[in-house]
Amino acid sequence: MVKLNSKTQDALLFYALRFISLLVIGLLLFIIFILFKAAWPAIIHNGLGFIIRTEWNPIENQFGALPFIFGTLVTSFLAVLIATPVSIFVALFISEYLPTQFSRIISTLVEMVAAIPSIVFGLWGIFFLSPLMKSTLAPFLKTYFGYLPIFSGPSFGIGILTASLVLSVMIVPTISSICRSIFELVPQHQKEASYALGSTKFEMIKMAVISPSLSGISSAVVLGLGRALGETMAVTMLIGNSPLISKSVFAPAATMASVMANEYTDANTPLHVASLCYLALLLFLITFLSNLFAKTIVKNFSKIG
Amino acid sequence: MKLNYRLIRKIKNQLFMLVIFLSAALVLIPLFLVIKYVFQEGASSLSLSFFTELPKPVGEVGGGMMHAILGTMYIVLLGALIAVPIGITCGIYLCEFSKSKLSKTLKLTVDLMSGIPSIVIGIFAYLMVVVPLKSFSALAGGVALSIIMLPIIIKTSEEILKLVPNHIREAGLALGLPRWKVILFIILKGSISNLLTGIILAISRAAGETAPLLFTAFGNMYLSFDLKKPMATLPVQIYTYAISPFKDWQRQAWAGAFVLMVLILTMNLFARFLLNKIKDKKGF
Repeated sequence: MVKLNSKTQDALLFYALRFISLLVIGLLLFIIFILFKAAWPAIIHNGLGFIIRTEWNPIENQFGALPFIFGTLVTSFLAVLIATPVSIFVALFISEYLPTQFSRIISTLVEMVAAIPSIVFGLWGIFFLSPLMKSTLAPFLKTYFGYLPIFSGPSFGIGILTASLVLSVMIVPTISSICRSIFELVPQHQKEASYALGSTKFEMIKMAVISPSLSGISSAVVLGLGRALGETMAVTMLIGNSPLISKSVFAPAATMASVMANEYTDANTPLHVASLCYLALLLFLITFLSNLFAKTIVKNFSKIG
Repeated sequence: MKLNYRLIRKIKNQLFMLVIFLSAALVLIPLFLVIKYVFQEGASSLSLSFFTELPKPVGEVGGGMMHAILGTMYIVLLGALIAVPIGITCGIYLCEFSKSKLSKTLKLTVDLMSGIPSIVIGIFAYLMVVVPLKSFSALAGGVALSIIMLPIIIKTSEEILKLVPNHIREAGLALGLPRWKVILFIILKGSISNLLTGIILAISRAAGETAPLLFTAFGNMYLSFDLKKPMATLPVQIYTYAISPFKDWQRQAWAGAFVLMVLILTMNLFARFLLNKIKDKKGF
Protein backbone atom coordinates (compact mmCIF):
# COMPACT_ATOMS: atom_id res chain seq x y z
CA MET A 1 0.00 0.00 0.00
CA VAL A 2 1.42 3.30 -1.05
CA LYS A 3 1.19 5.94 1.61
CA LEU A 4 0.06 9.21 0.12
CA ASN A 5 1.29 12.41 1.64
CA SER A 6 -1.32 14.82 2.83
CA LYS A 7 -0.94 17.05 -0.22
CA THR A 8 -1.90 14.22 -2.56
CA GLN A 9 -4.75 13.28 -0.26
CA ASP A 10 -6.04 16.83 -0.41
CA ALA A 11 -5.68 16.87 -4.16
CA LEU A 12 -7.69 13.65 -4.33
CA LEU A 13 -10.54 15.14 -2.32
CA PHE A 14 -10.40 18.31 -4.35
CA TYR A 15 -10.69 16.41 -7.61
CA ALA A 16 -13.45 14.21 -6.23
CA LEU A 17 -15.47 17.27 -5.23
CA ARG A 18 -14.72 18.89 -8.56
CA PHE A 19 -15.82 15.78 -10.39
CA ILE A 20 -19.20 15.63 -8.65
CA SER A 21 -19.73 19.35 -9.21
CA LEU A 22 -18.94 18.95 -12.89
CA LEU A 23 -21.40 16.08 -12.95
CA VAL A 24 -24.19 18.35 -11.74
CA ILE A 25 -23.32 21.03 -14.28
CA GLY A 26 -23.19 18.29 -16.87
CA LEU A 27 -26.64 17.11 -15.80
CA LEU A 28 -28.16 20.47 -16.71
CA LEU A 29 -26.50 20.40 -20.12
CA PHE A 30 -27.54 16.78 -20.52
CA ILE A 31 -31.19 17.66 -19.82
CA ILE A 32 -31.04 20.27 -22.57
CA PHE A 33 -29.36 17.81 -24.93
CA ILE A 34 -31.86 15.01 -24.29
CA LEU A 35 -34.84 17.32 -24.78
CA PHE A 36 -33.31 18.62 -27.96
CA LYS A 37 -32.70 15.13 -29.24
CA ALA A 38 -36.24 14.01 -28.44
CA ALA A 39 -37.68 17.12 -30.06
CA TRP A 40 -35.50 16.84 -33.17
CA PRO A 41 -38.05 15.02 -35.43
CA ALA A 42 -40.61 17.72 -34.61
CA ILE A 43 -38.09 20.49 -35.19
CA ILE A 44 -37.34 19.02 -38.62
CA HIS A 45 -40.99 18.53 -39.45
CA ASN A 46 -42.39 21.77 -38.06
CA GLY A 47 -39.47 24.11 -38.24
CA LEU A 48 -39.66 27.43 -36.46
CA GLY A 49 -43.16 27.97 -37.85
CA PHE A 50 -44.20 25.73 -34.94
CA ILE A 51 -44.17 28.82 -32.78
CA ILE A 52 -46.61 30.82 -34.89
CA ARG A 53 -48.95 28.14 -36.21
CA THR A 54 -52.30 27.88 -34.46
CA GLU A 55 -53.67 24.46 -35.37
CA TRP A 56 -53.03 21.65 -32.93
CA ASN A 57 -54.47 18.46 -34.31
CA PRO A 58 -52.45 15.35 -33.44
CA ILE A 59 -54.66 13.09 -35.53
CA GLU A 60 -53.88 14.97 -38.73
CA ASN A 61 -50.28 15.60 -37.75
CA GLN A 62 -50.79 19.34 -37.48
CA PHE A 63 -48.77 20.85 -34.71
CA GLY A 64 -48.78 24.55 -33.96
CA ALA A 65 -47.72 25.82 -30.58
CA LEU A 66 -49.11 29.33 -30.62
CA PRO A 67 -52.26 28.61 -28.56
CA PHE A 68 -50.13 27.08 -25.82
CA ILE A 69 -47.51 29.81 -25.88
CA PHE A 70 -50.35 32.32 -25.79
CA GLY A 71 -52.00 30.52 -22.87
CA THR A 72 -48.76 30.28 -20.92
CA LEU A 73 -47.81 33.90 -21.45
CA VAL A 74 -51.28 35.32 -20.78
CA THR A 75 -51.91 33.36 -17.59
CA SER A 76 -48.42 34.09 -16.27
CA PHE A 77 -48.48 37.79 -17.07
CA LEU A 78 -51.95 38.18 -15.60
CA ALA A 79 -50.80 36.38 -12.48
CA VAL A 80 -47.75 38.61 -12.21
CA LEU A 81 -49.88 41.69 -12.80
CA ILE A 82 -52.15 40.72 -9.91
CA ALA A 83 -49.42 39.45 -7.60
CA THR A 84 -46.77 42.14 -7.99
CA PRO A 85 -48.38 45.15 -6.27
CA VAL A 86 -49.82 42.97 -3.54
CA SER A 87 -46.47 41.26 -2.92
CA ILE A 88 -44.59 44.54 -2.70
CA PHE A 89 -47.15 45.92 -0.26
CA VAL A 90 -46.98 42.79 1.84
CA ALA A 91 -43.20 42.97 1.91
CA LEU A 92 -43.43 46.60 3.03
CA PHE A 93 -46.05 45.69 5.60
CA ILE A 94 -43.78 43.04 7.07
CA SER A 95 -40.54 44.99 6.98
CA GLU A 96 -41.71 48.54 7.73
CA TYR A 97 -45.02 48.42 9.57
CA LEU A 98 -44.99 45.32 11.72
CA PRO A 99 -43.06 45.08 14.97
CA THR A 100 -40.22 42.55 14.70
CA GLN A 101 -41.77 39.76 16.75
CA PHE A 102 -44.88 39.74 14.53
CA SER A 103 -43.01 40.14 11.30
CA ARG A 104 -41.31 36.79 11.72
CA ILE A 105 -44.62 35.02 12.24
CA ILE A 106 -46.38 36.72 9.34
CA SER A 107 -43.49 36.23 6.95
CA THR A 108 -43.32 32.53 7.85
CA LEU A 109 -47.04 32.33 7.25
CA VAL A 110 -46.73 33.94 3.83
CA GLU A 111 -43.81 31.72 2.89
CA MET A 112 -45.83 28.72 4.02
CA VAL A 113 -48.03 29.28 0.96
CA ALA A 114 -45.02 28.44 -1.18
CA ALA A 115 -44.82 25.04 0.51
CA ILE A 116 -48.42 24.07 -0.25
CA PRO A 117 -48.29 21.58 -3.12
CA SER A 118 -49.78 22.85 -6.37
CA ILE A 119 -52.15 19.91 -6.54
CA VAL A 120 -53.83 21.23 -3.38
CA PHE A 121 -54.22 24.63 -5.02
CA GLY A 122 -55.69 22.90 -8.05
CA LEU A 123 -58.17 21.01 -5.91
CA TRP A 124 -59.13 24.17 -4.09
CA GLY A 125 -59.50 25.94 -7.42
CA ILE A 126 -61.80 23.28 -8.84
CA PHE A 127 -64.12 22.98 -5.88
CA PHE A 128 -64.02 26.46 -4.38
CA LEU A 129 -62.71 29.15 -6.70
CA SER A 130 -64.24 28.06 -9.97
CA PRO A 131 -67.83 27.87 -8.62
CA LEU A 132 -67.20 31.23 -6.98
CA MET A 133 -65.95 32.60 -10.30
CA LYS A 134 -69.03 31.35 -12.10
CA SER A 135 -71.55 32.55 -9.55
CA THR A 136 -70.08 35.81 -8.26
CA LEU A 137 -66.85 37.12 -9.73
CA ALA A 138 -67.61 36.77 -13.42
CA PRO A 139 -71.12 38.29 -13.22
CA PHE A 140 -69.67 41.15 -11.17
CA LEU A 141 -66.94 41.87 -13.71
CA LYS A 142 -69.44 41.57 -16.55
CA THR A 143 -71.88 44.01 -15.00
CA TYR A 144 -69.31 46.69 -14.37
CA PHE A 145 -66.70 46.11 -17.07
CA GLY A 146 -68.71 44.07 -19.56
CA TYR A 147 -68.02 46.61 -22.32
CA LEU A 148 -64.35 45.58 -22.35
CA PRO A 149 -63.68 42.77 -24.82
CA ILE A 150 -61.57 40.87 -22.29
CA PHE A 151 -64.65 40.41 -20.10
CA SER A 152 -66.91 39.25 -22.90
CA GLY A 153 -68.38 35.82 -23.40
CA PRO A 154 -69.78 33.36 -20.90
CA SER A 155 -67.86 32.09 -17.91
CA PHE A 156 -67.85 28.37 -17.15
CA GLY A 157 -65.95 28.77 -13.93
CA ILE A 158 -62.73 27.39 -15.33
CA GLY A 159 -60.69 29.46 -17.73
CA ILE A 160 -57.80 31.87 -18.05
CA LEU A 161 -58.82 34.18 -15.20
CA THR A 162 -59.39 31.37 -12.68
CA ALA A 163 -56.01 29.86 -13.50
CA SER A 164 -54.31 33.25 -13.25
CA LEU A 165 -55.89 33.98 -9.87
CA VAL A 166 -54.65 30.72 -8.40
CA LEU A 167 -51.24 31.29 -9.99
CA SER A 168 -51.05 34.74 -8.46
CA VAL A 169 -51.75 33.33 -5.00
CA MET A 170 -48.96 30.82 -5.61
CA ILE A 171 -46.33 33.36 -6.66
CA VAL A 172 -47.02 36.01 -4.03
CA PRO A 173 -44.73 34.33 -1.48
CA THR A 174 -41.91 34.10 -4.05
CA ILE A 175 -42.06 37.77 -4.94
CA SER A 176 -42.76 39.12 -1.48
CA SER A 177 -40.07 37.16 0.32
CA ILE A 178 -37.40 38.36 -2.12
CA CYS A 179 -38.70 41.94 -1.89
CA ARG A 180 -38.62 41.74 1.87
CA SER A 181 -35.02 40.59 1.94
CA ILE A 182 -34.14 43.46 -0.41
CA PHE A 183 -35.96 46.03 1.71
CA GLU A 184 -34.10 44.79 4.74
CA LEU A 185 -30.83 45.62 3.00
CA VAL A 186 -31.70 49.33 3.04
CA PRO A 187 -29.49 50.88 5.71
CA GLN A 188 -31.25 52.39 8.69
CA HIS A 189 -29.47 55.74 8.35
CA GLN A 190 -30.88 56.16 4.86
CA LYS A 191 -34.39 55.94 6.27
CA GLU A 192 -33.51 58.29 9.09
CA ALA A 193 -32.03 60.77 6.65
CA SER A 194 -35.33 60.81 4.83
CA TYR A 195 -37.25 61.35 8.05
CA ALA A 196 -34.85 64.12 8.98
CA LEU A 197 -35.86 65.92 5.81
CA GLY A 198 -39.35 65.97 7.21
CA SER A 199 -40.94 63.29 5.08
CA THR A 200 -43.96 61.26 6.08
CA LYS A 201 -43.63 57.50 6.28
CA PHE A 202 -45.08 57.16 2.78
CA GLU A 203 -42.53 59.60 1.37
CA MET A 204 -39.75 57.89 3.29
CA ILE A 205 -40.73 54.51 1.84
CA LYS A 206 -40.95 55.96 -1.65
CA MET A 207 -37.61 57.75 -1.39
CA ALA A 208 -35.43 55.60 0.81
CA VAL A 209 -36.82 52.09 0.42
CA ILE A 210 -38.52 51.62 -2.95
CA SER A 211 -36.41 53.62 -5.33
CA PRO A 212 -33.03 52.14 -4.42
CA SER A 213 -34.59 48.66 -4.53
CA LEU A 214 -36.21 48.95 -7.94
CA SER A 215 -33.85 46.60 -9.76
CA GLY A 216 -34.13 44.08 -6.96
CA ILE A 217 -37.90 44.27 -7.11
CA SER A 218 -37.87 43.70 -10.84
CA SER A 219 -35.73 40.61 -10.44
CA ALA A 220 -38.16 39.31 -7.81
CA VAL A 221 -40.98 39.84 -10.28
CA VAL A 222 -39.11 38.00 -13.02
CA LEU A 223 -38.45 35.10 -10.65
CA GLY A 224 -42.17 35.02 -9.83
CA LEU A 225 -42.89 35.02 -13.55
CA GLY A 226 -40.53 32.08 -13.97
CA ARG A 227 -42.43 30.14 -11.38
CA ALA A 228 -45.77 30.96 -12.99
CA LEU A 229 -44.56 29.97 -16.46
CA GLY A 230 -43.62 26.48 -15.40
CA GLU A 231 -46.48 25.79 -13.03
CA THR A 232 -48.34 22.72 -14.20
CA MET A 233 -50.88 21.00 -12.02
CA ALA A 234 -52.96 23.87 -10.69
CA VAL A 235 -53.19 25.37 -14.17
CA THR A 236 -53.99 22.07 -15.83
CA MET A 237 -56.89 21.56 -13.46
CA LEU A 238 -58.27 25.06 -13.92
CA ILE A 239 -57.68 26.32 -17.43
CA GLY A 240 -60.06 24.11 -19.35
CA ASN A 241 -57.46 22.63 -21.69
CA SER A 242 -58.63 23.66 -25.11
CA PRO A 243 -56.07 25.06 -27.55
CA LEU A 244 -57.91 28.29 -28.32
CA ILE A 245 -56.81 31.87 -28.61
CA SER A 246 -59.64 34.07 -27.45
CA LYS A 247 -59.86 37.64 -26.30
CA SER A 248 -61.94 36.89 -23.22
CA VAL A 249 -60.29 36.00 -19.92
CA PHE A 250 -63.29 33.81 -19.09
CA ALA A 251 -62.58 31.51 -22.03
CA PRO A 252 -60.85 28.18 -21.59
CA ALA A 253 -57.31 27.88 -22.96
CA ALA A 254 -54.29 25.62 -22.60
CA THR A 255 -50.70 26.22 -21.56
CA MET A 256 -47.51 24.54 -22.67
CA ALA A 257 -47.25 22.73 -19.35
CA SER A 258 -50.90 21.71 -19.28
CA VAL A 259 -50.87 20.18 -22.75
CA MET A 260 -47.80 18.17 -21.82
CA ALA A 261 -49.47 16.91 -18.65
CA ASN A 262 -52.63 16.02 -20.56
CA GLU A 263 -51.33 14.49 -23.75
CA TYR A 264 -47.90 13.05 -23.08
CA THR A 265 -49.03 9.64 -21.82
CA ASP A 266 -51.66 9.32 -24.57
CA ALA A 267 -49.47 10.44 -27.44
CA ASN A 268 -48.99 7.48 -29.72
CA THR A 269 -47.51 8.83 -32.93
CA PRO A 270 -43.79 9.60 -32.77
CA LEU A 271 -44.39 13.06 -34.19
CA HIS A 272 -46.89 13.89 -31.47
CA VAL A 273 -44.42 12.85 -28.76
CA ALA A 274 -41.65 14.82 -30.46
CA SER A 275 -43.87 17.88 -30.74
CA LEU A 276 -44.63 17.72 -27.05
CA CYS A 277 -40.88 17.48 -26.39
CA TYR A 278 -40.42 20.49 -28.65
CA LEU A 279 -42.89 22.32 -26.42
CA ALA A 280 -40.98 21.14 -23.35
CA LEU A 281 -37.78 22.47 -24.87
CA LEU A 282 -39.42 25.84 -25.62
CA LEU A 283 -40.85 26.07 -22.11
CA PHE A 284 -37.47 25.18 -20.70
CA LEU A 285 -35.82 27.90 -22.76
CA ILE A 286 -38.39 30.54 -21.74
CA THR A 287 -38.02 29.83 -18.02
CA PHE A 288 -34.27 29.44 -18.41
CA LEU A 289 -33.97 32.87 -20.01
CA SER A 290 -36.27 34.57 -17.53
CA ASN A 291 -34.36 33.09 -14.59
CA LEU A 292 -31.02 34.00 -16.13
CA PHE A 293 -32.32 37.53 -16.65
CA ALA A 294 -33.41 37.75 -13.00
CA LYS A 295 -30.03 36.47 -11.83
CA THR A 296 -28.12 39.06 -13.82
CA ILE A 297 -30.23 41.84 -12.32
CA VAL A 298 -29.56 40.49 -8.83
CA LYS A 299 -25.86 40.23 -9.59
CA ASN A 300 -25.63 43.83 -10.74
CA PHE A 301 -27.76 44.87 -7.81
CA SER A 302 -25.55 43.20 -5.23
CA LYS A 303 -22.53 44.84 -6.80
CA ILE A 304 -24.05 48.27 -6.16
CA GLY A 305 -25.36 47.33 -2.72
CA MET B 1 -52.34 76.89 0.85
CA LYS B 2 -49.44 75.59 2.86
CA LEU B 3 -51.72 73.96 5.39
CA ASN B 4 -53.62 72.35 2.59
CA TYR B 5 -50.44 70.86 1.19
CA ARG B 6 -49.53 69.40 4.54
CA LEU B 7 -52.97 67.90 4.83
CA ILE B 8 -52.65 66.25 1.45
CA ARG B 9 -49.36 64.70 2.43
CA LYS B 10 -50.87 63.40 5.62
CA ILE B 11 -53.84 61.94 3.81
CA LYS B 12 -51.56 60.32 1.26
CA ASN B 13 -49.60 58.78 4.08
CA GLN B 14 -52.72 57.40 5.74
CA LEU B 15 -54.07 56.11 2.44
CA PHE B 16 -50.83 54.32 1.72
CA MET B 17 -50.94 52.66 5.11
CA LEU B 18 -54.51 51.59 4.45
CA VAL B 19 -53.55 50.08 1.10
CA ILE B 20 -50.69 48.21 2.68
CA PHE B 21 -52.81 46.79 5.45
CA LEU B 22 -55.53 45.84 3.00
CA SER B 23 -53.17 44.02 0.69
CA ALA B 24 -51.64 42.17 3.60
CA ALA B 25 -55.14 41.03 4.44
CA LEU B 26 -55.68 40.19 0.77
CA VAL B 27 -52.73 37.82 0.83
CA LEU B 28 -53.54 36.25 4.15
CA ILE B 29 -57.20 35.66 3.31
CA PRO B 30 -56.65 33.21 0.43
CA LEU B 31 -54.10 31.42 2.56
CA PHE B 32 -56.63 30.98 5.31
CA LEU B 33 -59.30 30.05 2.79
CA VAL B 34 -57.16 27.32 1.27
CA ILE B 35 -56.14 25.91 4.63
CA LYS B 36 -59.63 26.17 6.09
CA TYR B 37 -61.25 24.59 3.05
CA VAL B 38 -58.81 21.70 2.92
CA PHE B 39 -59.13 21.09 6.65
CA GLN B 40 -62.88 21.29 6.55
CA GLU B 41 -63.37 19.06 3.52
CA GLY B 42 -60.39 16.83 4.23
CA ALA B 43 -60.82 16.16 7.91
CA SER B 44 -64.50 15.34 7.48
CA SER B 45 -63.77 12.74 4.81
CA LEU B 46 -60.88 11.21 6.69
CA SER B 47 -61.25 7.84 8.32
CA LEU B 48 -59.03 5.06 9.54
CA SER B 49 -59.72 3.03 6.42
CA PHE B 50 -58.13 5.81 4.38
CA PHE B 51 -54.76 4.83 5.84
CA THR B 52 -55.23 1.07 5.97
CA GLU B 53 -57.14 0.11 2.84
CA LEU B 54 -56.57 -0.08 -0.87
CA PRO B 55 -58.96 1.53 -3.37
CA LYS B 56 -62.23 -0.29 -3.96
CA PRO B 57 -63.40 -0.94 -7.55
CA VAL B 58 -65.18 1.94 -9.27
CA GLY B 59 -68.68 2.44 -7.93
CA GLU B 60 -68.10 0.91 -4.53
CA VAL B 61 -67.96 3.34 -1.66
CA GLY B 62 -65.02 3.22 0.72
CA GLY B 63 -61.45 2.12 0.43
CA GLY B 64 -58.34 4.14 1.10
CA MET B 65 -55.01 5.28 -0.17
CA MET B 66 -52.58 3.17 1.80
CA HIS B 67 -50.76 2.18 -1.38
CA ALA B 68 -50.33 5.82 -2.40
CA ILE B 69 -49.07 6.94 1.02
CA LEU B 70 -46.50 4.15 1.09
CA GLY B 71 -45.67 4.79 -2.56
CA THR B 72 -44.96 8.46 -1.92
CA MET B 73 -42.64 7.56 0.95
CA TYR B 74 -40.88 4.96 -1.17
CA ILE B 75 -40.31 7.22 -4.16
CA VAL B 76 -39.35 10.27 -2.13
CA LEU B 77 -36.82 8.26 -0.15
CA LEU B 78 -35.50 6.83 -3.38
CA GLY B 79 -35.08 10.35 -4.73
CA ALA B 80 -33.38 11.45 -1.53
CA LEU B 81 -31.02 8.48 -1.73
CA ILE B 82 -29.80 9.76 -5.09
CA ALA B 83 -29.87 13.48 -4.37
CA VAL B 84 -28.49 13.69 -0.83
CA PRO B 85 -24.93 12.41 -1.37
CA ILE B 86 -24.48 14.41 -4.57
CA GLY B 87 -26.11 17.48 -3.08
CA ILE B 88 -24.04 17.55 0.08
CA THR B 89 -20.83 16.95 -1.89
CA CYS B 90 -21.63 19.94 -4.09
CA GLY B 91 -22.50 21.95 -0.99
CA ILE B 92 -19.06 21.17 0.43
CA TYR B 93 -17.41 22.22 -2.79
CA LEU B 94 -19.36 25.48 -2.95
CA CYS B 95 -18.53 26.26 0.66
CA GLU B 96 -14.87 25.27 0.74
CA PHE B 97 -13.82 26.40 -2.72
CA SER B 98 -16.22 29.26 -3.17
CA LYS B 99 -13.79 31.42 -5.10
CA SER B 100 -13.08 29.00 -7.92
CA LYS B 101 -14.57 29.52 -11.36
CA LEU B 102 -16.28 26.15 -11.23
CA SER B 103 -18.03 27.19 -8.02
CA LYS B 104 -19.56 30.16 -9.73
CA THR B 105 -20.71 28.05 -12.66
CA LEU B 106 -22.12 25.50 -10.25
CA LYS B 107 -24.01 28.20 -8.38
CA LEU B 108 -25.56 29.46 -11.59
CA THR B 109 -26.39 25.87 -12.56
CA VAL B 110 -28.13 25.33 -9.25
CA ASP B 111 -30.17 28.51 -9.66
CA LEU B 112 -31.18 27.60 -13.18
CA MET B 113 -31.91 24.02 -12.18
CA SER B 114 -34.29 25.07 -9.45
CA GLY B 115 -36.13 27.07 -12.10
CA ILE B 116 -36.75 24.17 -14.49
CA PRO B 117 -40.49 23.51 -14.68
CA SER B 118 -41.20 20.24 -12.90
CA ILE B 119 -43.11 18.87 -15.88
CA VAL B 120 -40.00 19.23 -18.03
CA ILE B 121 -38.08 17.24 -15.44
CA GLY B 122 -40.82 14.63 -15.72
CA ILE B 123 -40.32 14.41 -19.47
CA PHE B 124 -36.56 14.14 -19.01
CA ALA B 125 -36.95 11.26 -16.54
CA TYR B 126 -39.41 9.63 -18.93
CA LEU B 127 -36.91 9.80 -21.78
CA MET B 128 -34.02 8.63 -19.60
CA VAL B 129 -35.61 5.84 -17.57
CA VAL B 130 -39.06 4.91 -18.85
CA VAL B 131 -38.11 4.62 -22.53
CA PRO B 132 -35.11 2.30 -22.02
CA LEU B 133 -36.91 0.15 -19.42
CA LYS B 134 -40.09 0.16 -21.54
CA SER B 135 -42.32 0.64 -18.50
CA PHE B 136 -43.41 3.34 -16.13
CA SER B 137 -41.53 2.71 -12.93
CA ALA B 138 -40.95 3.85 -9.38
CA LEU B 139 -37.31 4.22 -10.34
CA ALA B 140 -38.17 6.86 -12.94
CA GLY B 141 -40.22 8.72 -10.34
CA GLY B 142 -37.30 8.62 -7.94
CA VAL B 143 -34.94 9.98 -10.58
CA ALA B 144 -37.35 12.83 -11.40
CA LEU B 145 -37.76 13.77 -7.74
CA SER B 146 -34.01 13.60 -7.15
CA ILE B 147 -33.49 16.29 -9.82
CA ILE B 148 -36.05 18.44 -8.03
CA MET B 149 -34.39 17.91 -4.64
CA LEU B 150 -30.84 18.40 -5.83
CA PRO B 151 -30.72 22.21 -6.06
CA ILE B 152 -32.50 22.60 -2.72
CA ILE B 153 -30.05 20.29 -0.97
CA ILE B 154 -27.03 21.95 -2.57
CA LYS B 155 -28.20 25.42 -1.58
CA THR B 156 -29.07 24.61 2.02
CA SER B 157 -25.93 22.51 2.55
CA GLU B 158 -23.76 25.34 1.33
CA GLU B 159 -25.58 27.78 3.58
CA ILE B 160 -25.27 25.53 6.60
CA LEU B 161 -21.61 24.62 6.08
CA LYS B 162 -20.80 28.30 5.71
CA LEU B 163 -22.00 28.82 9.27
CA VAL B 164 -19.04 26.84 10.59
CA PRO B 165 -16.72 29.56 11.83
CA ASN B 166 -13.39 29.88 10.11
CA HIS B 167 -11.37 29.53 13.28
CA ILE B 168 -12.54 25.94 13.58
CA ARG B 169 -11.10 25.18 10.15
CA GLU B 170 -7.92 26.95 11.12
CA ALA B 171 -7.70 25.10 14.42
CA GLY B 172 -7.91 21.81 12.56
CA LEU B 173 -5.27 22.85 10.03
CA ALA B 174 -3.04 24.15 12.82
CA LEU B 175 -3.07 20.68 14.36
CA GLY B 176 -1.47 19.47 11.17
CA LEU B 177 -4.52 17.71 9.79
CA PRO B 178 -4.76 17.52 6.03
CA ARG B 179 -7.59 19.56 4.62
CA TRP B 180 -9.71 16.59 3.64
CA LYS B 181 -9.74 15.40 7.23
CA VAL B 182 -10.73 18.86 8.42
CA ILE B 183 -13.59 18.92 5.93
CA LEU B 184 -14.77 15.36 6.52
CA PHE B 185 -14.22 14.86 10.23
CA ILE B 186 -14.64 18.33 11.64
CA ILE B 187 -16.84 20.43 9.39
CA LEU B 188 -19.09 17.74 7.96
CA LYS B 189 -19.31 15.64 11.11
CA GLY B 190 -20.16 18.66 13.21
CA SER B 191 -22.87 19.80 10.81
CA ILE B 192 -24.59 16.48 10.12
CA SER B 193 -27.66 17.18 12.20
CA ASN B 194 -27.90 20.65 10.68
CA LEU B 195 -27.64 19.27 7.16
CA LEU B 196 -30.70 17.22 7.97
CA THR B 197 -32.83 20.36 7.83
CA GLY B 198 -31.92 20.87 4.19
CA ILE B 199 -32.86 17.29 3.47
CA ILE B 200 -36.22 17.66 5.23
CA LEU B 201 -36.88 20.83 3.25
CA ALA B 202 -36.09 19.07 -0.02
CA ILE B 203 -38.25 16.08 0.92
CA SER B 204 -41.16 18.31 1.83
CA ARG B 205 -40.92 19.94 -1.57
CA ALA B 206 -40.59 16.69 -3.50
CA ALA B 207 -43.41 14.94 -1.65
CA GLY B 208 -45.95 17.37 -3.05
CA GLU B 209 -44.82 17.24 -6.65
CA THR B 210 -47.34 15.82 -9.08
CA ALA B 211 -46.26 16.84 -12.56
CA PRO B 212 -42.94 14.94 -12.70
CA LEU B 213 -44.63 11.76 -11.49
CA LEU B 214 -47.46 11.74 -14.06
CA PHE B 215 -45.44 9.90 -16.66
CA THR B 216 -42.70 8.39 -14.56
CA ALA B 217 -44.18 6.60 -11.54
CA PHE B 218 -47.57 6.85 -13.28
CA GLY B 219 -49.66 5.33 -10.48
CA ASN B 220 -51.72 2.21 -10.00
CA MET B 221 -54.49 0.92 -7.79
CA TYR B 222 -52.76 -1.75 -5.75
CA LEU B 223 -49.87 -2.04 -3.35
CA SER B 224 -46.51 -2.44 -5.03
CA PHE B 225 -42.92 -2.18 -3.93
CA ASP B 226 -41.40 -3.13 -7.25
CA LEU B 227 -38.79 -0.66 -8.40
CA LYS B 228 -39.43 -1.45 -12.05
CA LYS B 229 -43.23 -1.27 -11.95
CA PRO B 230 -45.57 1.73 -11.84
CA MET B 231 -46.27 2.91 -8.32
CA ALA B 232 -49.05 5.03 -6.87
CA THR B 233 -48.19 8.29 -5.14
CA LEU B 234 -50.38 10.54 -3.05
CA PRO B 235 -50.29 13.62 -5.34
CA VAL B 236 -51.00 11.66 -8.52
CA GLN B 237 -53.76 9.72 -6.77
CA ILE B 238 -55.32 13.01 -5.62
CA TYR B 239 -55.16 14.30 -9.18
CA THR B 240 -56.78 11.20 -10.64
CA TYR B 241 -59.55 11.27 -8.05
CA ALA B 242 -60.08 15.03 -8.24
CA ILE B 243 -60.82 15.04 -11.97
CA SER B 244 -62.99 11.93 -11.78
CA PRO B 245 -66.77 12.32 -11.80
CA PHE B 246 -67.35 10.07 -8.76
CA LYS B 247 -68.42 11.81 -5.57
CA ASP B 248 -66.75 9.27 -3.34
CA TRP B 249 -63.43 9.62 -5.18
CA GLN B 250 -63.61 13.39 -4.91
CA ARG B 251 -64.20 13.01 -1.20
CA GLN B 252 -61.07 10.86 -1.00
CA ALA B 253 -59.12 13.40 -3.01
CA TRP B 254 -59.86 15.91 -0.27
CA ALA B 255 -58.80 13.48 2.41
CA GLY B 256 -55.60 12.89 0.45
CA ALA B 257 -54.97 16.61 0.05
CA PHE B 258 -55.48 17.06 3.78
CA VAL B 259 -52.99 14.32 4.65
CA LEU B 260 -50.47 15.59 2.11
CA MET B 261 -50.74 19.17 3.27
CA VAL B 262 -50.45 18.34 6.97
CA LEU B 263 -47.43 16.17 6.19
CA ILE B 264 -45.69 18.80 4.10
CA LEU B 265 -46.46 21.83 6.25
CA THR B 266 -45.30 19.99 9.37
CA MET B 267 -42.02 19.00 7.73
CA ASN B 268 -41.55 22.48 6.34
CA LEU B 269 -42.28 24.25 9.62
CA PHE B 270 -40.02 21.83 11.48
CA ALA B 271 -37.16 22.47 9.06
CA ARG B 272 -37.64 26.22 9.28
CA PHE B 273 -37.71 26.05 13.05
CA LEU B 274 -34.44 24.09 13.07
CA LEU B 275 -32.88 26.42 10.51
CA ASN B 276 -33.70 29.48 12.59
CA LYS B 277 -32.31 27.82 15.67
CA ILE B 278 -29.11 26.92 13.86
CA LYS B 279 -28.72 30.43 12.53
CA ASP B 280 -29.27 31.93 15.99
CA LYS B 281 -26.66 29.59 17.40
CA LYS B 282 -24.36 30.25 14.42
CA GLY B 283 -23.89 26.59 13.58
CA PHE B 284 -21.55 25.25 16.18
